Amino acid sequence: MNTDLHIILLAIPLLPLFGAVLAGLFGRQIGRAGAHWITILAVAGSLLLSLYVFKLIVFDAMPAINTSIYTWAVTGGLKFEIGFLIDSLTVVMMTVVTFVSLMVHIYTIGYMHDDPGYQRFFSYIALFTFAMLMLVMSNNFLQLFFGWEAVGLVSYLLIGFWFKKESAIFANLKAFLVNRVGDFGFLLGIAAIVVSFGSLDYAEVFAVAPTAVDQTISVFPGVEWALLTFVCICLFIGAMGKSAQAPLHVWLPDSMEGPTPISALIHAATMVTAGIFMVARMSPLFELSEVALSFVLVIGAITALFMGLIGLVQNDIKRVIAYSTLSQLGYMTVALGASAYSAAIFHLMTHAFFKALLFLGAGSVIIALHHRQDMREMGGLRRVLPITFVTAWLGSLALMGVPLFSGFYSKDIIIEAVHLANRPGAGFAYWCVLLGVVVTAMYSLRLLFLTFHGEPRMEQSVREHAHEPGWVVTVPLILLAIPSVFIGYFSIEPMLFGGFFGDAIHVAAGNDVLAEIGSHFHGPLAMAVHALVTPVFWLVVLGSALAVAIWFWKPQLAVWCRQRFSPLVHVLDRKYWFDEIYQAMFARGSARLGNGLWRYGDIAVIDNLMVNGSATLVGWCAGLLRYLQSGYLYHYAFAMIVGLIMIIFTYIILA
Amino acid sequence: MSLTLAHFLALGGILFSLSVAGIFLNRKNIIILLMAIELMLLAVNMNFVAFSRFHGHLEGQVFVFFILTVAAAEAAIGLAILMVLFRNRNSINVEDMDELKG
Amino acid sequence: MTAADLMLALPEIFVLGMTCIIMLFGLWLPEERQGMISFVSIMTLVFAAIILLGWDDPDPAAVSFAFNATFVRDQMADVLKLSAFIVLAAILVYARQYLRVFKVAMLEYHVLSLFLLLGVMVLISAASMLTVYLGLELIALPSYALVALRRDDQRSTEAAMKYFVLGSLASGLLLYGLSMIYGVTGTLSLAQVANITAMGNNTVLVLGLIFVVIGIAFKLGVVPFHMWVPDVYHGAPAAVTALIGSLPKLAVFAMAIRLLSDGLGNMQMHWMSMLVVLATLSIVVGNLVAIAQSNLKRMLAYSTIGHMGFMLLGLLTGSDQGFSAAMFYAIVYAIMAAGAFGVMILLSQHGVEAEHLDDYKGLSKRSPWLALMMLMLMFSMAGVPVFAGFFAKWLVIQAVIDAGMIWLAILAVIFSVIGAFYYLRVVKLMYFDAPDKDDAISVPADFRAALTLNGSAQLLLGIFANILIGLCVASF
Repeated sequence: MNTDLHIILLAIPLLPLFGAVLAGLFGRQIGRAGAHWITILAVAGSLLLSLYVFKLIVFDAMPAINTSIYTWAVTGGLKFEIGFLIDSLTVVMMTVVTFVSLMVHIYTIGYMHDDPGYQRFFSYIALFTFAMLMLVMSNNFLQLFFGWEAVGLVSYLLIGFWFKKESAIFANLKAFLVNRVGDFGFLLGIAAIVVSFGSLDYAEVFAVAPTAVDQTISVFPGVEWALLTFVCICLFIGAMGKSAQAPLHVWLPDSMEGPTPISALIHAATMVTAGIFMVARMSPLFELSEVALSFVLVIGAITALFMGLIGLVQNDIKRVIAYSTLSQLGYMTVALGASAYSAAIFHLMTHAFFKALLFLGAGSVIIALHHRQDMREMGGLRRVLPITFVTAWLGSLALMGVPLFSGFYSKDIIIEAVHLANRPGAGFAYWCVLLGVVVTAMYSLRLLFLTFHGEPRMEQSVREHAHEPGWVVTVPLILLAIPSVFIGYFSIEPMLFGGFFGDAIHVAAGNDVLAEIGSHFHGPLAMAVHALVTPVFWLVVLGSALAVAIWFWKPQLAVWCRQRFSPLVHVLDRKYWFDEIYQAMFARGSARLGNGLWRYGDIAVIDNLMVNGSATLVGWCAGLLRYLQSGYLYHYAFAMIVGLIMIIFTYIILA
Repeated sequence: MSLTLAHFLALGGILFSLSVAGIFLNRKNIIILLMAIELMLLAVNMNFVAFSRFHGHLEGQVFVFFILTVAAAEAAIGLAILMVLFRNRNSINVEDMDELKG
Repeated sequence: MTAADLMLALPEIFVLGMTCIIMLFGLWLPEERQGMISFVSIMTLVFAAIILLGWDDPDPAAVSFAFNATFVRDQMADVLKLSAFIVLAAILVYARQYLRVFKVAMLEYHVLSLFLLLGVMVLISAASMLTVYLGLELIALPSYALVALRRDDQRSTEAAMKYFVLGSLASGLLLYGLSMIYGVTGTLSLAQVANITAMGNNTVLVLGLIFVVIGIAFKLGVVPFHMWVPDVYHGAPAAVTALIGSLPKLAVFAMAIRLLSDGLGNMQMHWMSMLVVLATLSIVVGNLVAIAQSNLKRMLAYSTIGHMGFMLLGLLTGSDQGFSAAMFYAIVYAIMAAGAFGVMILLSQHGVEAEHLDDYKGLSKRSPWLALMMLMLMFSMAGVPVFAGFFAKWLVIQAVIDAGMIWLAILAVIFSVIGAFYYLRVVKLMYFDAPDKDDAISVPADFRAALTLNGSAQLLLGIFANILIGLCVASF
């Protein structure tokens, strides 16, 4: 492998890191403009290089690159390395990440215009880009884990970016805690891999994994689990945390407390898809465990339907989109569970574009209304924000899966794949994703109607000042709208049926539902026409009709529905009581613990005696030992002599 | 009765023990600490000279000269520190040196 | 004595000569030109390093003896001396402003530091019990004087007196042990001691060993011979604490290797179990008591005790792997300690020692750069992965596991987690608390450069750990 390519590959993640360091450490010196120019140029550079690598891999058919850049340490046969595995799966992720990141960088100039933490913000998002690239480009589990934790870290920093806002701090903490649960599973999975296969390198692990199909692992004495099922489920628990799958989804809606560009970049387009990417990357392992795949399928199906339902009753514009994200992540997970990994990545890609678009559109509305997010105080904004209005419609149509839009292709394929899959849970999953289509159409249109149509409901003063934000906001919207509309049409055939992913994704012979779909595929246009006679399309129509009736045509119908179905609405309003249950079970218990710790810690700080407070015992021992340090010279000498005598006694007298 | 190596070693041991005891039993005068330290070095010298004589070569006695030289420097530094300490506190009481503790 | 002998000790001779020159000419320098002393001292270090590296050495792994085999030069000695030069150079840069503010005599500080360095170099290269003693005293005597350098300060003088009495006691104990080893073996040369003890050992030798181990333990400051450490660190001026907290550790590590491995390697079964007890006690006591400190100097003192316990973990395995791990630990520790005290020195710029933890509140708002450097140093001390301190701990713990002492490894891990608490508390204070004061921190340019290097070295030595680890492994 030539060194030029090495340097390019290294430059892709290091450019954003460089930008982040400059903007973070020297923010004051380089100023606001300096900070955004440096980070934007760095990310743009890494986008261009990613496109170049994309071209090499996809169009020039260069074989996959698997190379170690630096050996960090070698201990007992186990190597800790930093390395890159560049294949078609990686280049898709790299391109999506850098593209969305660049858009968000530009958009941020407008959104964070008046924020005092401007440089810090750019530093964080550039740092995030670095971490995400390290994650997707990794060729080993250690680096994957580091990237995984690093994106998590930046995510917490950004959720709590407005650290003076109480709800932001709470959301921050919640995201941190919930992700710890996921990470615990993930770490356990990696540990099991290291113990069983003795390697951290993807290629080595994948090579030996098929020989371990019949191995079992005894986690608790007397209970034997199939090794690979255990590994896969542990890894997937990690994915559930990061990609917010039920029941570890609770942090994502709250993460909307962070600034909107972050919601678009991290909590919709890139970081939350890391779990999906990881499972696709691990396809050679997951394919060996039917049980794990069924688990994935069911979790995904539950998330896809039930999280979408909550979206119907939310009033905060960003939260609606957040629940929509949860639901769409559920679709991707379902695809993974159905062994249609390419379809999951395909949906990941289309979703990244249209969801980033929707978030940035919401952000544009929020700027126009001076940081008001409640949809009940919006309405009639289509004249005030024409560009936002049009692009939001395009994004929503893509999200609903209207034929010819990008979301249509990716979602239809997933539904079809689940239909054809025949592992336990597939029937349930199929019904969930079908009903999910209706729900998606309803909440998408509800958002549009409440925000852009009908009578303006905001205060007079706000309405008068509302206007379309500058080009830094609208240009990213337009640039994102283009792929949201077209990318599905142009890329479905090569990506899903053209052997695009090659060896990057492994599907066992009997599981290949996509190949089956491929045999009936006659081009994207034919697929759109054919859709008119499938239930999916008519479900979209049904959902749209309901939405039009309830929120556009007869708004009083919405009130009537709320009363008529009040128990159901209540369930949705309370979000199935997940938060309350967690609060009661875990949060309150640990809060009590934490409170106790705080009290001890605080008293101790005041007393200057024991500043720790995490354990009285430690403090007590420390206090005693401090007492021995009396300050008297003869005590010190005495301690030395006692030590001397003890050693002499042990070694001379006893020996 | 003739003097053997053991006698010298015993003398060295006794001197050493005396000086060690002097360091941690004395709670009054810092000068006594300095004296105890000198005594300890003398005990070591006694050992070296005795062993040197016993082995029949001079290495040990050379070592003694070095120890004596260093001890002189050490005493000078010790007394200098004692001087500044006295100037700061007007006391050379061991028990008064307890500002640093914990 | 031949020319070859002199060539071998050329760096030592150069440092000695320059120190004498600085001492003489410094007396005539007018008050306002005292900055020259600092500059010349640092240049001395630079040239000493050049001489050390430039020494025409046909085989880097070779071991050369000089002065009737009382002086040895091998790779371990070269690496440790080079580290000592670097650390001292950084400390001298840090100290300049401090000395001016506290009106401490520039000349005395530099001359004593250079003599201390000479002691460190001699001790590192000691191949005979005589040179061990001379090196040790050459470190100890300047240290006593340095601690008392603020001679009108009660705490400074009290610390010096305590250090002096206990240090002399420890020297006496060590000498007593050396005399017994000399008595049994009839030689002062460590190589010959090794030859003679190979034929078997007796009670007197074990007694001698005990005293020697105690001497080493005192100089490292491990429990129960640690009592001087907190008081001396606390009482000494920050610029001096930085010195005695870093340089001598390198030398005492070498002394432990020379005496225990090179000289008394045949008695490994004896000293190994002694060191296990000392290491365990140090790790436990150091990390526990550090938690209860509100004074950063005392906290770092107890943390030193803990760290030296960790270093002993590497030594006590008696394997080459363990020795190289301990050497890595010693070097990394010396750099960390110099940096942490450097931050303290910088903050003490208003004539009051910035030794209280409260002084670090909200530091990130007063000086983000300084807070970041301190953060890296604290992370490294805590053993956060990627930082050099993590690798240091990792290597010694691995050496302990390979030596079959799993329980000791588990204990070490538990206490390094407990220990992480008080380092992270400093980080918390710096980043999440509101500052008590908001006066500007003025940073001289050379100070900024040195501390930036020092702080980022923690990260770089972690990321490129293989380089230094390679040097340490090649030393054994």
